[in-house]
Amino acid sequence: MTAMPEIPLLAIKDLTVEFKTRGGVVEALHEVGFEVYKREMVGVVGESGSGKSVTAYTVMGILDRAGRATGGSANFGGFEMIGARERDLHELRGREASMIFQSPRTALNPIRKVGAQIEDVLLQHTGVHRRDAKQEAIELLAQVRILRPEQRYHAYPYELSGGMCQRVMIAIALACEPALLIADEPTTGLDVTTQKATMDIVRDLTSARNMAAILITHDLGLAARYCQRIVVMKQGRVVESAPTEVLFRNPLHPYTKKLIKATPRPDSRLEDLSDVAAEAGMAVVTKPSVAEADNPGRAPLLEVRGLVKEYPLHEAAERRKMIDRILRPNLTPPPSTFRAVDEIDFTVAAGESIGLVGESGCGKSTTSSMVTRLLDPTAGTILFDGEDISAIPARKFARHPLRAAIQMVFQDPTESLNPRFSAFDAIAEPLRRLGAPMDRAVMADTIAELAEMVGLPNELLTRFPHQLSGGQKARVGIARAIALRPKLLILDEPTSALDVSVQAVVLLLLDRLRRELGMTYIFVSHDLNVVRLLCDRVIVMNEGRIVETGNASELLSNPKVDYTRTLVESIPHFGQTPKAPQLKVVKV
Amino acid sequence: MAVLDPVGTEKESALAAWWRHFRYVVSENPVTLLAFCLFGTFIVLALFGPWIVPFDPLASDTANALQAPSWKHWFGTDNLGRDVFSRVVVATRLDFMIAFSAVALSFVIGSMLGCLSGYYGGWTDRIVGRSIDTIMAFPLFVLAMGIVAALGNTVENIVYATAIINLPFYTRVARAEVNIRRHAGFVDAAKLAGNADARLLAFHVYPNILPPMMVQVSLNLGWAILNAAGLSFIGLGVRPPSPEWGIMVAEGATFIVSGHWWLALFPGGALMLAVFCFNLLGDGLRDLIDPQRRT
Repeated sequence: MTAMPEIPLLAIKDLTVEFKTRGGVVEALHEVGFEVYKREMVGVVGESGSGKSVTAYTVMGILDRAGRATGGSANFGGFEMIGARERDLHELRGREASMIFQSPRTALNPIRKVGAQIEDVLLQHTGVHRRDAKQEAIELLAQVRILRPEQRYHAYPYELSGGMCQRVMIAIALACEPALLIADEPTTGLDVTTQKATMDIVRDLTSARNMAAILITHDLGLAARYCQRIVVMKQGRVVESAPTEVLFRNPLHPYTKKLIKATPRPDSRLEDLSDVAAEAGMAVVTKPSVAEADNPGRAPLLEVRGLVKEYPLHEAAERRKMIDRILRPNLTPPPSTFRAVDEIDFTVAAGESIGLVGESGCGKSTTSSMVTRLLDPTAGTILFDGEDISAIPARKFARHPLRAAIQMVFQDPTESLNPRFSAFDAIAEPLRRLGAPMDRAVMADTIAELAEMVGLPNELLTRFPHQLSGGQKARVGIARAIALRPKLLILDEPTSALDVSVQAVVLLLLDRLRRELGMTYIFVSHDLNVVRLLCDRVIVMNEGRIVETGNASELLSNPKVDYTRTLVESIPHFGQTPKAPQLKVVKV
Repeated sequence: MAVLDPVGTEKESALAAWWRHFRYVVSENPVTLLAFCLFGTFIVLALFGPWIVPFDPLASDTANALQAPSWKHWFGTDNLGRDVFSRVVVATRLDFMIAFSAVALSFVIGSMLGCLSGYYGGWTDRIVGRSIDTIMAFPLFVLAMGIVAALGNTVENIVYATAIINLPFYTRVARAEVNIRRHAGFVDAAKLAGNADARLLAFHVYPNILPPMMVQVSLNLGWAILNAAGLSFIGLGVRPPSPEWGIMVAEGATFIVSGHWWLALFPGGALMLAVFCFNLLGDGLRDLIDPQRRT
């Protein structure tokens, strides 16, 4: 980095914010302070509840009404943002400092064309004439690398993908050439390849315009790839602030060390995460596995042959096809179905752990739904332990004896727990429905034992989901799934909604359970680094087909197919140094 | 390890917890407190009305006809010398009975139909949906009049008529709410736990749609009371001399011109208060029944 200019663009000093809640006043920020200089991207990294978003919201003056800055200052180019009048702030936001948010689809007005939404900002904050606004908007769309910008100008948000919506948001944020851009988790919910494309745009455009940027993220790898300096936050305090390279080479604060350790890297092993787990109060038992993991002669537990799932593209098209068949029998009908899963075959051996990887829409979730028998396949067979379970309709499978043998851990621990069931009832539900009848005391003992296995304190069992933290909810979900001692457990992105340190604990827990109970795992995920920690073998899917299968670490280090290579290269991690921004971007 | 006994300990604390939660909901919002107080008063009047009133609501005393409100007759007397206060109080029971039974009927049937059409979709949804649309196509009060006129002029038929015209609202709310939750993660999880469709719907999906349904119930109760009174007002359903707010307003209306305002004002006021109370009650009821509000 070149020498920093003397005066920072944004200087936050001793910022303290309090929130009024039902339980009294809570301090969300405690004397937070850091600086942002021109032409640099600063990463603010921390787990949920660390106050990283609250900092940004306070600076921009868009904090909830319940929150209040009780002390400190935020000086933005000589202007004091804390306690400034709303009118002045309004002028500033958008023109001098702008922000992009987590879910681009909800941040855009759904009933207006994206072009018009860009024009709005241009007309309001810049001197652009109404005549030229359209041209300007199209230009901006081109700058955020949206193909065919003249046509996309007329698109509505629902017609664009999540990544494209975020690009439109970036275009809106940059429309007035602000001096500072705050990006609050801009790539959450986007695929790794989309994430890379989006962040590349942010990096290139901000550096081309000599802007400063703040990247708020929970992903250390992402911050490492794009930021020159990183501020680590924990529970409303800044614990460490250093240039990226220094931070990773020589982290000073124990929390930073813990975060770095908990983040999976391409070369990290499951054992590396154990310190994090031990700190979280979870004993890590490294028992030899029950099922010999690398015995090639094992009988397959699951065999999938020619599995297909088709969805009708449009109901009307289907009806037209029916009419056509009667009126014009000689005409070949146009394809009216969409193949979400297109004739895939794979085998999972008993005791094996297999990863199912791909971007959203690749058919991995559809596949896992069919294997769990929540969804009926259009064609193909699923042999489980030699029995063809695809012949049993999904509706009937709930009462089938094999139901207990195939269970699942869901992606979103919040959404997958019934809000009206306590943790105890949630775990007891499969036992009550499918288990052998048992009296109350035995049931209570069984549940207590399950809770202990997943590391859930006993006193939490009477709580409802909204009274539990994300990690605790994840454990309830896992305890529920293993309650019936299934042979096959499908894990649908079980850690994607969790913080890295919680993720580390959950991954270790899953690995231990597999060895103790001799289960077989299908691990569905988009995160190759996480998959590799838990799985022996990986299946990569794209557009409903299997593109590559192979040994997990081999596939990661030496992908044979282009698609896998793109996927692997897009994963941000901090083994690599931040690339210098490319300055070859079209200047406005 | 301590043996967990969720059944024994839960039972004792459940009532206490519920009471604590009730107090919290009420203290959070003074309007809710007012609504619950009003509701409590109405319930007491409905239950014990006949025993606490000073006069027999049916006893006429022509010597004291059309007396203005006084210490003896708080709300005055009507054209037959009956005490208006006693009649207004005693009428609470009949009006509330009609409203509650009508709303209970439409709530049960409506939520069942709505759950089925929201969960299964397809033809079930189309048939239920279009039948409900047919009911909605009529001006609802005229439909109720027609039903009572056709079935016969009795209190039960008022209940049925009110239940039928309220049915669409419950069906639609239930259908929409079930439809949102049909593919929720916890529904899939319940399927994995071995719940067949009927059980899934009854024990997993249905309890979760209760909060929005409760708001509908509360609003509907006020509406049902108004509807029953309206039918009586035009001479359908409840027959004189039984005390009922609608009839009392209808009878009193002819005396307003001659300056005897109290005949119509007090039963009308009671009606207004009841509707007002139910409308305010909705939010409080939802907060009470929603586990997310419990901490």
